[in-house]
Amino acid sequence: MREQMTDLWPRIEPLLAKVEKPARYIGMERGSQRPTHRPEQVSWLLVYPDTYEIGLPNQGLQVLYEILNERDDAAAERAYAPWIDLEAQLRANSIPLFSVDTHRPAGAFDVLAFNLSAELVYTNLLSCIDLAGVPVRSEERGPDDPIVIAGGHCAFNPEPLADFVDALVMGDGEEAVGEITEVLAAWKRGGRKNREAVLRDLASVPGVYVPAMYDVEYDGQWLRAITPKHPDVPAVVDKRTVADLGEWPYPKHQLVPLVEVVHDRLNVEIFRGCTRGCRFCQAGMITRPVRERPWEQVRTMVRDGLQRSGYDEVALTSLSSADFSGIDGLVADLVNNQEGTGCVGLSLPSLRVDAFTVGLASQIQKVRRTGLTFAPEAGSWRLRQVINKLITEADLYSAVEGAYEQGWRRVKLYFLTGLPTEMDEDTLGIAELGRNVVEIGRRYNKSASCTVSLGGFVPKPHTPFQWFGQNGVEELKRKVFMLKDALPKKSGVQMRWHDPEATFVEGIASRGDRRIGRVIERVWRDGGTFQEWGEHFNFALWMDAMAAEGLDPDWYVTRHRTADEVLPWDHISAGLHKDFLWQDWQSALAEHGLPDCRWTPCYDCGVCTDYALEHVVASAVAPAGGSQGTGQDLSFGAEVPVTLRPRGERSELAGAATGPTHSRKHSAAEGVRQ
Amino acid sequence: MKGSDGIPVRVRFTKLGKVRFVSHRDVARAFERAFRIEQLPMAFTLGFSPRPKVSFGLALGTGHESLTEYLDLELAESVEIDELPARLSAALPEGIDVSGACELADRAVSLQEAVDTVELQLRLVDLDSATLKGVIERALAAESLPITTTRKGRNVVEDLRPAFRSLVVHVDDDGAPVVHTEVNTRPRGLRPADLLLKLRELADRELGAGEDRVLRTHQWIERDGARLEPLEADRATRNATPLRVTSKGLTDDRRDNSGGQDLRPDFTDVEHADADFAAAESTAARRIA
Repeated sequence: MREQMTDLWPRIEPLLAKVEKPARYIGMERGSQRPTHRPEQVSWLLVYPDTYEIGLPNQGLQVLYEILNERDDAAAERAYAPWIDLEAQLRANSIPLFSVDTHRPAGAFDVLAFNLSAELVYTNLLSCIDLAGVPVRSEERGPDDPIVIAGGHCAFNPEPLADFVDALVMGDGEEAVGEITEVLAAWKRGGRKNREAVLRDLASVPGVYVPAMYDVEYDGQWLRAITPKHPDVPAVVDKRTVADLGEWPYPKHQLVPLVEVVHDRLNVEIFRGCTRGCRFCQAGMITRPVRERPWEQVRTMVRDGLQRSGYDEVALTSLSSADFSGIDGLVADLVNNQEGTGCVGLSLPSLRVDAFTVGLASQIQKVRRTGLTFAPEAGSWRLRQVINKLITEADLYSAVEGAYEQGWRRVKLYFLTGLPTEMDEDTLGIAELGRNVVEIGRRYNKSASCTVSLGGFVPKPHTPFQWFGQNGVEELKRKVFMLKDALPKKSGVQMRWHDPEATFVEGIASRGDRRIGRVIERVWRDGGTFQEWGEHFNFALWMDAMAAEGLDPDWYVTRHRTADEVLPWDHISAGLHKDFLWQDWQSALAEHGLPDCRWTPCYDCGVCTDYALEHVVASAVAPAGGSQGTGQDLSFGAEVPVTLRPRGERSELAGAATGPTHSRKHSAAEGVRQ
Repeated sequence: MKGSDGIPVRVRFTKLGKVRFVSHRDVARAFERAFRIEQLPMAFTLGFSPRPKVSFGLALGTGHESLTEYLDLELAESVEIDELPARLSAALPEGIDVSGACELADRAVSLQEAVDTVELQLRLVDLDSATLKGVIERALAAESLPITTTRKGRNVVEDLRPAFRSLVVHVDDDGAPVVHTEVNTRPRGLRPADLLLKLRELADRELGAGEDRVLRTHQWIERDGARLEPLEADRATRNATPLRVTSKGLTDDRRDNSGGQDLRPDFTDVEHADADFAAAESTAARRIA
């Protein structure tokens, strides 16, 4: 029997008096929608498999929520993983997972679509599917069950979830959700018969991977091949890419939660993609090319967003916000033109480490300069060349000096440990940087402090480091404590670190194959949910599950891969050629950096050339300030596939398909170089 | 509000339905956003992080409903006070409906200090009116009603008996029994949850699957023997405007429906808001790497 679209609120309401922060489950956020569900519409439940506070701000989910609800043939609601107390109450009272918008049962939706932004939430995904009253394994689902879809960065290695998810969407979802809706609408019109056939239809939607349509062959422990079962199923699934962010000015009505959440502010995405080429960074690799939002659209989205939401803070988000063409002008404009909006705070996450950044920050934070964060990522110049994070010590010290000089009192530095070729002197270099930073700070302020935050490196699929054998738990612990010893209390540097055991488990899921699904299921059945949360993470559960499934954790995590090895995600493409990634891996080992292709000639990673895409940027010139900005060799003469967007281009918010007005970068860039 | 040149305004609002699960502190945040959405010319505090000048009345526990919540705000310049209820209601979540506003007389006493009693309606699940009447008789006859409760994280024993002025059972239109009570806000506010607990203890009936409900229906300021609704009590004589009939059918025709005794403020139902925020922060911290 198909679950009915009934309002569960009367049954949920009395339970909320018994749980923590009940307002997480009531919906009613400004910007939220209460769709009426017509039978011919495809109903989507967009699920974030972590708590409401973490999931609500997710921009990807909010963008799809609006795009789907604007369609005649779709209706979308949201759900978040209920916290442990409510989950227990729901199970005790036989109440399923529900949408927060109209409190309908999850099982009554046509689609359960999960956002995957971290590996440790995988067990929560199973828990949500189960709580929806849907079989956790795809193969056990029947015609009445929803189609389970997933997307987000983790989808780029779909294999660990292949047993549980019917279809995964690679890359940008803006266009794909519409095409999926059309396939499912046709299926509904046909009476929802033949689940196998609709999955096969989904497999032919570009960017959609249907694990059940592929055979996996092993050679003992080794993966031999993942091949399509049918001729109409693609051998390689290519990611989707929205060519022009300017055509997608979403979210237009950002959700304003009634309880405090992370990133509790207006968020405006100023560009997508990053070509800095940091070799550890999966986000930068899989979201290429760079697509800037038109300046004027950013301003409109900020102005309208603040007015609609009542927020007093806006973040201009991207993978490296200081790289947005003309960011200084934009910031000055936003800071100085606040008609009627009161005291608006501006924040720029993910900033470069250079003096330019500090200049920007001081424009923004005129008062209350407490903390500023930089991410040099590695402790020595040698290692930063390996990871292609080309920040010199001079960059860092001038940035830090600028910060303390201009009144900031606390500097936070993010580092990774367990990076390829890392030696103890590199790790200890972090301590030296920290101590020098404090010394600089004390020249300006006696109470100047510095916090070093240390994460364990997890190699990610579709990056040059995908072949690297991750450091094991003991090695990471050794490095953490070695650094801790080098930073005694009197050094003035405080140190925080990520749990090496959690890093290890992340490594299992990050590069796992289809066999890891059984491990995830076992951990979930043994009660291992909310593994992202320190107080719930349970290393022993994972190790026991690996042992029970006869899988060797070190084979998955700490083993170096070879060039000829079939990787579990070889049939998924983010556009990056495998030989480009291998070349870049070899360059890393040779300690060679690679310039940012936005401002230098194309080195043919594969994305633009294969997908006929171009960078969309307003300036062909690298931003000023420090070697990260200007240290790149712009003297080559070759053409760069970049679309130049004229500054100040008028582009109305709603659906301005302004493609033809772009001028080509080629001529403009040459002009710049002459 | 005292000691400034702004225009003090008092606003009355409801908290009904799903929004009852939003904490006192988060209601305050929703109001701050509503002021910005409506671009009200708020007066701001001085200092590094200027805040709009707003002062809330007695906190209402998370999960409780109310027909009559109040807040005082200060405007930097005048606006049409008549339009405030509709403007703010549109910018606030459903269930928070601004039902009246007035300009305050200078030097009006703050809500926290001024309100002397509040009236509550309690609905206890699975207790019939006969049982409740018996319980109430015993409660009223008792010399003291001690209850162990927590104040600032410590267990303390308090006597509920001096807190209430009246305690009666009515039957509503659907035949369900409703306990009406008027409680003093001084010297210390009575927590409705504590009263529910005490009534259940007297009935020897623990709460089962359902939920006991609390609705605050009135707040009163007593002055010279008269009992005044807070919008009326300190209304500035100039610019007096008629109050709005709200979508919930509220008017300001409030009867003084109970006798007087002694009173008290400070419903210290303070939310664990700081703890919530710290939790969100530590979550964010955990997600580095």
